Amino acid sequence: MENNLLLQINNISVVYSDVIQILKAVSLDVKKGKIVSLLGSNGAGKTTTLKSISGLLKPENGKVTEGTINYEGHNIQNSAPEIVTRLGIIQVMEGRQPFKYLTVEENLRVGTATRWGKPYKKDLELVYHYFAPLVARKHSLAGYCSGGELQMLVMGRALMAQPRLLLLDEPSLGLAPLLVKEIFEIIKRVNQEQATTLMLVEQNANMALQIADFGYVMENGKIVLEGDAKDLIENPDVKEFYLGVAATGAIKTYKDVKSYKRRKRWL
Amino acid sequence: MEFFFQILINGLSLGFLYALAALGFVMIFKSSSVLNFAHGELMAIGAFLFLVLSTWANLPIWLAFLITLAGSFSLGFIIERFFLRPLIGEALIEVIMLTVGLAIMFKGLMLFVFGGDIHSYPEFLPQALTLHWGAVEVPGVNVATFIVGLIFLGLFGFFFKYSSQGIYMRSVADNQPAAMALGVHVRRVFAISWAIAALVCAMSGIVIGIINGINVHEVSAIGLKVFPVVILGGLDSIGGAIIGGLIIGLLETFTGGYISTGLREVVPYIVLIMILMVKPYGLFGLVEIERV
Repeated sequence: MENNLLLQINNISVVYSDVIQILKAVSLDVKKGKIVSLLGSNGAGKTTTLKSISGLLKPENGKVTEGTINYEGHNIQNSAPEIVTRLGIIQVMEGRQPFKYLTVEENLRVGTATRWGKPYKKDLELVYHYFAPLVARKHSLAGYCSGGELQMLVMGRALMAQPRLLLLDEPSLGLAPLLVKEIFEIIKRVNQEQATTLMLVEQNANMALQIADFGYVMENGKIVLEGDAKDLIENPDVKEFYLGVAATGAIKTYKDVKSYKRRKRWL
Repeated sequence: MEFFFQILINGLSLGFLYALAALGFVMIFKSSSVLNFAHGELMAIGAFLFLVLSTWANLPIWLAFLITLAGSFSLGFIIERFFLRPLIGEALIEVIMLTVGLAIMFKGLMLFVFGGDIHSYPEFLPQALTLHWGAVEVPGVNVATFIVGLIFLGLFGFFFKYSSQGIYMRSVADNQPAAMALGVHVRRVFAISWAIAALVCAMSGIVIGIINGINVHEVSAIGLKVFPVVILGGLDSIGGAIIGGLIIGLLETFTGGYISTGLREVVPYIVLIMILMVKPYGLFGLVEIERV
């Protein structure tokens, strides 16, 4: 195994409630210091993939039934979130999920749970440095913050844990285009300045592929395409179905069979 | 006028006792949003444990008191470990129903061991604690309740507002999946909150035992009084528990003193309903934040 690999997902299957299979033989690699994007339509299994890494499947009655997830020599499939987070993997969940009745600063302090009792002042400064709009809202309840502020808050909260692998689930959800751009710039900066490895699940394929180094495309619980982000962005299938630009220039619909599915039948 | 002051003092002491009892309830609700119906039974267990240690085992009072506190603290841990942990991830209502079951089980066990009679502690509070002011007399036990209650309420307020562990506990109550994703040890948070709640329950149980004597039915009935107290104050507010406790305590004694002892138990509930019509979240409860 190459030693610049941080995370290796090896052929995992995930089943909810013992009957509903969501992931089928998914394998992917995350290299140290890189940004990896996971694309796909709704229900493709992107979020489930993230949750199988962070250990959040268990509370939802899901389980990795086959395969392994290897993180720096630890097999972490089906580990509890308290263990996974202490290894340095933090997931930022979809839909922001702030602690509504805690102030912004208290929200950030919850991020220190993995290293309870250690000083956190420096990390607070770092978070306020990346997410300047939070400073003014420090003492107000998170429940009264705007969507953009909340996205910054939950990302900042995850940074407080000093993660080595940060899993971001749809950070652009429901944000204004300009704000999306700002958030993605910050993600890129965190990746470069803090040497944090990132895994990014996104619907906004264009944005995601622009900042990513590597990308995977999922469909129906399987990985159907993978490649360097700059290659994927040029791939005709990706262009057609995720970037909304058809090869002919006209916008096509999902009704048409996807070409890689056609290919797969011959495999 | 002396009659008025005597009633005022009695009401305040009773209110403080309610506040102390409500504290354990608020503790559990704040961290896990669970309504603990076994609250009164936990109080009774604490009271009986102290009885066994101080009277039957003849330990020195301070030692019996410390062992009671430690014992209840561990009981909280045990409850969490064996009854609540299997229910993590299940609907809240199942956990609440479980506390109803716990209440019945504990009550049955205590009736089995101690019977339905009234037991009492030996006199142990120093006479110096009793305050006199003209003809108005404040019994030592009330003074002691006041001091202990004040210390604990202050400690809890500080704990939840400023300490990291307190903030983690609030985060679990607020959004459990998000807290888990950040590595908050949810099971530990539940265990600590149940342990602290059981400890506070034991303390208020002992106070009730000193004032009224210990009887399984009576102590657990007083445990039910925490419901109007916390609903009035707001289910998750420590300050609310104090104010709610004082209001209910004063209402009870004043109704009993000036109107009729028969109405004593009813008037607090009537006032509760009237207050809730104006402030549906209680006096200091969290107002549900809704984003539109």
